[in-house]
Order: sequence, then C-alpha cells, then structure tokens
Amino acid sequence: MKPVVVVGASLAGMSAVQSMRSGGYGGPVVVLDASPEMPSDRPPLSKQVLAGEWDLDRAALPMARNLAELDVDLRLGLSAVGLDPDSLELSLSDGSMISAGGIVVATGSVARRIPGEVPSGVFVLRTGADALALRDELDRGPDRVLVIGAGFIGAEVAATCRGRGLEVTMVEAAEVPLQRVLPTDMGSFVADLHRNNGVDVRLGVGLDSFLADENGAVRGVALTDGSEIAAQVVVVGIGAVPDVSWLEGSGLELLPPQEGGGIRCDESLRAAPKVLAAGDCASWPNGSFNGERMRVEQWESALEQGTHAGKQMLCEIGAGQDPGPFCTVPWFWSDQYDAKIQMAGRAGPGDEVHVVDGSVSEGRFVALFKRGGECRAALGVNRPRLAIRARMKLAETLAWDSMLELFEP
Amino acid sequence: MKINVNYDLCEANAICMAVAPEVFEVRDDDNLYLLMDEPPEELRPKMEEAVRRCPKQALEIEG
Ligand SMILES: Cc1cc2nc3c(=O)[nH]c(=O)nc-3n(C[C@H](O)[C@H](O)[C@H](O)COP(=O)(O)OP(=O)(O)OC[C@H]3O[C@@H](n4cnc5c(N)ncnc54)[C@H](O)[C@@H]3O)c2cc1C
Ligand code: SF4
Repeated sequence: MKPVVVVGASLAGMSAVQSMRSGGYGGPVVVLDASPEMPSDRPPLSKQVLAGEWDLDRAALPMARNLAELDVDLRLGLSAVGLDPDSLELSLSDGSMISAGGIVVATGSVARRIPGEVPSGVFVLRTGADALALRDELDRGPDRVLVIGAGFIGAEVAATCRGRGLEVTMVEAAEVPLQRVLPTDMGSFVADLHRNNGVDVRLGVGLDSFLADENGAVRGVALTDGSEIAAQVVVVGIGAVPDVSWLEGSGLELLPPQEGGGIRCDESLRAAPKVLAAGDCASWPNGSFNGERMRVEQWESALEQGTHAGKQMLCEIGAGQDPGPFCTVPWFWSDQYDAKIQMAGRAGPGDEVHVVDGSVSEGRFVALFKRGGECRAALGVNRPRLAIRARMKLAETLAWDSMLELFEP
Repeated sequence: MKINVNYDLCEANAICMAVAPEVFEVRDDDNLYLLMDEPPEELRPKMEEAVRRCPKQALEIEG
C-alpha cells in the first residue's frame, strides 16, 4: 500500500496526520520536514521563549507529544524538491523518490528577508533555532534592539524585549502599523501601545543600509530619512512568504503575490486529485466569506486546515466520507505588554471601524469592521469573551445587523 | 472524565469557549469558569479538541 505523504511536520501537517488517525486510517503515513529537528510550536517563540520564561521543549507542538501513537514514518532533515500531481511522485533532497497514495502539502511559510549580505547580529524569527539564537543575543544585554517592521511578529518581539528591560526602536516603512490589514485608526492604536510602553516608534521611514563594525557585526542602521540608529541587535519582521517555490513547474497552480500567493486550492483544499494543501501555504475560496479567496497565516487556521485536509484525504483515497467544503472564520491572537489582542475575520484597510464596547483610550475595547451591509471582522483588546462571541456570530452570518445585536445593552 | 485548568497558565483567551461553550465560559471579569467539572462522556471529543487548541496548554483531562 502506498503511503500518504505529508510534506511539513509543523502545525498543519501534524494536524492532518492526527485527523487521518482519528478518522480510523491505519495505513502508512510518511511525514517529511526540511528541518533537522521536530518543528516547534511557533506562537510561544516570540513570547515565552524569547522572554526566557519557557525553554524550547515546552514549546513543542501538541501533536509532537504523542508521536508514537500517531505511528508515522517521520523523516526529518529531508525536503521535498519536486512533485508530480499525475503520478503522485515526490522527489526528495537526497535524490530519492517516493511514490505516494496521496499528498498533503503543508510547507508553511518562511520569514521574508532583506536581500543581499547582512552583518551578524541581524535576525529573523520563524523557527525554534531562530528564537534561541536571538535569545542568546538578548541575554548579553545589548544597549538597544532595533525591530524593522511593525507587523505582529515585530510588535511581539518589541514587547518582549521591553519586558526584558531592553531599549527598543521600531521602524516601520508605512505611515501606520499594519496598514495593509487594518484601517488607520486601529494601526495607530498599535503604535500608541508601543510608545506608551517606552518603544521609540519611527513610522514612514525605511531601512537604507546596515552599519557594521570591522568584525562584520551590526552596530546600527541607516534609515531612508538620513538618520542613523545605533543597535547591537536587529530583528527583521517584514512578513512571511509561502514556502512553495519547490512546486514551481510541478503543474500545481501557484498564485502571484498580488493575489495573496500560495497554492491555489478548491473549496475542499484540493490542489489536484489526491493532492491537498493546508496551513500558511494554502489559498482557498472561504465559504464563510462568500467564497472570497484567502490565505491565512494564523495558528488556528493551520490547525483547522490540517484537520480538514486529513479528512479530505481519507475521502480522496476511499477511506472516509466527504467532509464538505472548508469554511472558517480566521482567528488570531497576539500578546503585547498587557494587551491581549484578538481578531476574528478579515479586515481591510478601507473598512469602517465601529467601537461597540469599551474605548480605545482605556485599552479595552471591541471594534467591528464594516463593509457594505456586512461585518467583516471583529478586533478585541482585553475583551476575550466578547471577541469569541463575535467570532461565533461571524461563523453564523456576516450580516451587520445581527452582529450589532450582540452588543446591544 | 474531569477537566483540570491550570490557572497559572490560563490567560482567559477563550479559545476553549469557542470549542465547547457548554463547558467553558470566560466572563466579564476576564476569568475562565468551568460550567461543569465533570463533563459527560459524549463531550470527550470536544474536550480533547479544547485541550489541543489551548495555546497555553492549560487544560488537562483526568480519567
Ligand atoms: C514567531 C511567530 C509567532 C507567531 N504567533 C502567532 C500568534 O500569536 N497567533 C497566531 O494565530 N499565529 C501566530 N503565528 C503564526 C503560526 O505559527 C503559523 O500560522 C503556523 O505555524 C503555520 O503552520 P504551518 O504548518 O502551515 O506552517 P509552518 O509552521 O511554517 O511549517 C512548515 C514546515 O514545513 C517545512 N518545510 C518547508 N518546505 C519544505 C519542503 N520542501 N520539504 C519538507 N519540509 C518543508 C518547514 O521546515 C516547516 O517545519 C506565529 C508565527 C511565528 C513565526
Ligand atoms: S484556551 Fe486555554 S488559555 Fe484560553 S481560556 Fe481556555 S484554558 Fe485558558
């Protein structure tokens, strides 16, 4: 019997394995991951691990705790370098091939890097190894940490460094943080949150070049406005790109960045018959949002997509029922200082913002994002119960009026 | 089956509540409350799901 091969042993891939096993599938499963070690769960990396509160073992993926029960042929340090959707053959980095009965592509995303040579002391944060390397550097007590990019990971790194008592400068090329994903007033809230916690926030200015000492270690950066900032540690948080370049020319359709990037899947996460994709690398029409094509780089979505892909795989290989289309309300949380930020749905920069509970100035509120007659997203800051209820409502309907009813006294 | 919450770890982000609102409730004081300590056996799959999804690994099933 040919194995189901899962490419990527992180959250989406391992969720797919777990879901096939709980669906009663007893056949062979091979899991490949390019990383020589079992991937860590990523959210604690920028929070508890970087803060020094957790060691890396504690940030293990939930499914990595019962690997033996899952009974997989786990091959770490081995990458897939090619895939043929017709023959279901995968070529691997060691020159070998695997002939699969079905394939789940869960290769996630990689941190976007600044092109060209960078001096030492410049970090990205994506993997457990990245987190440990950066933490070691923070343990030495640099005079200043510079964070490039005010996206969620950059913002969390800034908050964690402040929590460790370090001086932090955050530089963001856009005029407000999160400009591509949030309306301006909500981005301003994020900038103020960091300023109020002692971060030197510089908006509307980009990186010109790194400054290095004679040993090739970073000593600061030059910015596009001509200013220079001295820093011994620089963290680049300028987003992630789906890790799908290995599929170029495979016959699977890859979307260009302006269409969100990733592997083009149908509503059931199928990229081709018996070839499914899940997690950060997958783009699919989301039935919960009128079929809008989405690619989501969020923890819960990776878990849910993996779980769905597992069920769908059983259906594809005749070992289970059709689970139907994959629909979800994307859900994201981020911990920064004492702000618990939670967001449900998908906001856009042009949405109307309505604060329906609490107030932005006291740092406890729920904001709804309106487009036409629909509520597209809800953002809660230190309002977990209401944020969750808003999410459950979005899963039921996007109708604005129904959402408002939730918040009527 | 009994549910244990490690309140030192729980940050009341209510993800478990989205999985099983009949068992988990985060109230306006921002604390997590268990609506039942010993959920019936038919809720086991949901409880396992909640344990899996809790990003703080604050939940545990006993028995
Ligand atoms: C520091 C950090 C903090 C985060 N915090 C939050 C948060 O607070 N809340 C939230 O909702 N989300 C958060 N996220 C996002 C969340 O962790 C991701 O959405 C999630 O990890 C996606 O899982 P995945 O399995 O799709 O991909 P990934 O976790 O990216 O894993 C993909 C795996 O595939 C492997 N791989 C890639 N290419 C190949 C190949 N060709 N062959 C074999 N293996 C390959 C990689 O080695 C990797 O292990 C955070 C992410 C990071 C990096
Ligand atoms: S999901 Fe975990 S951390 Fe969140 S409220 Fe439930 S138990 Fe607490």
